[in-house]
Amino acid sequence: MKDREPVYIQSAMCPVPIRDRGHIILGHGSGGKLSGDLITDLFLPPFDNPALRAGDDAGVVSAANCNPLAISTDSHVVRPLFFPGGDIGRLAVCGTVNDVAMMGAVPAFLTAGFILEEGLEIGLLEKVVASMKEAAAEAGVLIIAGDTKVVERGKADGLYIATSGVGSMLPGTHISGSLAQPGDKVIVSGSIGDHGIAVLGARGDLGFETDIQSDVAPLNHLVSAMLDTSDNIHVLRDPTRGGVASTLNEIARQSQVGIVLNEPALPIKTAVRAACEMLGFDPLYIANEGKLLAIVAPEDADAVLAVMRQTRYGEDAVIIGEVQAEAKGRVLMKTAIGSTRIVDLLMGEMLPRIC
Amino acid sequence: MKYIDEFRDAELVKKTVAEIRRVVTRPHTIMEICGGQTHAIMHFGLDQLLPPEIELVHGPGCPVCVTPLEQIDKALAIAARPDVIFTSYGDMLRVPGSGRDLFSVRAAGGDVRVVYSPLDAVKIAQQNPDKQVVFFAIGFETTAPANAMSVVQAQAMGVTNFSVLVSHVCVPPAMHAILGSPDSRVQGFLAAGHVCAVMGYWEYPPIAAQYQTPMVVTGFEPLDILQGILMTVYQLEEGRVEVENGYPRAVTFDGNKPAQAVINRVFEVCDRKWRGIGVIPASGWRLRPEFSQFNAEERFDVGDIQPEESPLCQAGLVLQGLLKPDGCLAFGKECAPEHPLGATMVSAEGACAAYYRYRRGLEIKD
Repeated sequence: MKDREPVYIQSAMCPVPIRDRGHIILGHGSGGKLSGDLITDLFLPPFDNPALRAGDDAGVVSAANCNPLAISTDSHVVRPLFFPGGDIGRLAVCGTVNDVAMMGAVPAFLTAGFILEEGLEIGLLEKVVASMKEAAAEAGVLIIAGDTKVVERGKADGLYIATSGVGSMLPGTHISGSLAQPGDKVIVSGSIGDHGIAVLGARGDLGFETDIQSDVAPLNHLVSAMLDTSDNIHVLRDPTRGGVASTLNEIARQSQVGIVLNEPALPIKTAVRAACEMLGFDPLYIANEGKLLAIVAPEDADAVLAVMRQTRYGEDAVIIGEVQAEAKGRVLMKTAIGSTRIVDLLMGEMLPRIC
Repeated sequence: MKYIDEFRDAELVKKTVAEIRRVVTRPHTIMEICGGQTHAIMHFGLDQLLPPEIELVHGPGCPVCVTPLEQIDKALAIAARPDVIFTSYGDMLRVPGSGRDLFSVRAAGGDVRVVYSPLDAVKIAQQNPDKQVVFFAIGFETTAPANAMSVVQAQAMGVTNFSVLVSHVCVPPAMHAILGSPDSRVQGFLAAGHVCAVMGYWEYPPIAAQYQTPMVVTGFEPLDILQGILMTVYQLEEGRVEVENGYPRAVTFDGNKPAQAVINRVFEVCDRKWRGIGVIPASGWRLRPEFSQFNAEERFDVGDIQPEESPLCQAGLVLQGLLKPDGCLAFGKECAPEHPLGATMVSAEGACAAYYRYRRGLEIKD
């Protein structure tokens, strides 16, 4: 090896970029940058109206002689249909209940559309429906309309459920992703990443076993308790697809503020951390289905936190960061070892690293 | 979490940084060769903690980044075939070939699957005897043993519908290329801990001696990396040139002999083109002739491809440590992770992507 000639290093070589995609790829559904671009570029221009443009979890509208209403819709395509801690039925009810609740509204009615694949076991569908009934009872909502379609075998993954929900706004509440203010505290209602890792584990994609349960739960009672305590809750969001990082990035952009997270404060279960370490994932990008992020005026933060901790789905609530005027539109993280980094939007699908 | 938290301990990090600051008296340029280390340095913001005398430059150790364009184009051509299930480590799916990536192939109907291990690809081949299952065997010495083992297993189990598209690269020849370049600024190396866990570090003393460059085998957690930097700085300040092991909990001088044996059984050394650098003699591995029935390049007609390159991208300079990612004119403008000009912007381990993700326009406050 000693007598080697120096290698002639060529000038830079790189491929042409892929800017324009002619097809939908899975990354468009990841809740990250590609999803956002699809909404901004393709959906928003033709449908444009103030309720949609607000970019929140539910649209808020007023019909004649009515309280303002929050209306939301969500499609559920989880695989497998049953996973530790939940199933597609519970997910379909809780997902929409939570989206309505995050506007500061009281969810009251849901509709459900079922896309069934030819060959699906009726008994399995019964189990899913029973789970929906239980979740709806827990949330205190009625399922008042539905639709059923059957597609040929192979055209759907067993069962898809789309739900829509409506709730009336609590008088005087004004909650939106655009209302975060410098000085506000960022609260998360409990541990991060449980749902995503539970589902990956149930798929057998982890290659090892975990006892992590999905956190899927209706959060409307938690929200009610919080709103009873404080008039200074500025933002509520459930960090589902794309996780805490994507949700906070949306808020930072909507409100034109910076959000600084405090790494040691992040509540992450050891099993979730371990799974993420092994797979090269970041828990901040893993989906949650029973957690909320609240951005609250500093003077009310402790009172809100105290109330949250008395509820079933908020007992591990904790302050994880703060809103600032600097670094507008960005989420930053103060690391445990004293450095700072950006917490960016996910670019596409979260991919395991090679080594 | 055991074996993680100890190596991220804030107090020990502070102590190690203080010791680096204490001993450093003059500027030193240190290269971490491994993309996993580049990612960790940016993720934990370790460079922010170092004194201004220490400059970290990022080496060509991201396996995704250096996989040559023509190999990716071959992968795309094979993956698009209706009779093929194409399997790959996840990172590779986003790397653009000439005009598209494996994601696009999948969206257009190709059967492209992410696997965590090449042995999973062999299983898929067993389960789908009417399909050709191809695994994209890329990477450094770290992935080579498992990739080689997949071929050994497929042969032993008589799985004939399995093949591998090989694009393996080796670290020591890249060190030669970088240190032998007249433009080299590298004064010390952090050798890649995972590579050395497989190969040991017996290959490195002659390189260190030839180029009078100290090397320290270094791990991946914040304390590991700072320890590697500290040991390198000790050598540089004392004028020593040695190869030291800063990652003894995973690395021995001889490395993992059974892993080396399976590599040598299946692969032989070849010249290999590195994306962004060019051809480096004797820098890669290909299948030995006796395993040619598992060679996807022979099984499928993926002839010569002449890829088009972006004139804007300076990934080659980045990969050699001659340019910092944010020093590139295209950084964050024409080139961003959702529309990368170069592979260094694609993989999480790529230096440009790490800068973009963790450091873009970030004002560092003390």
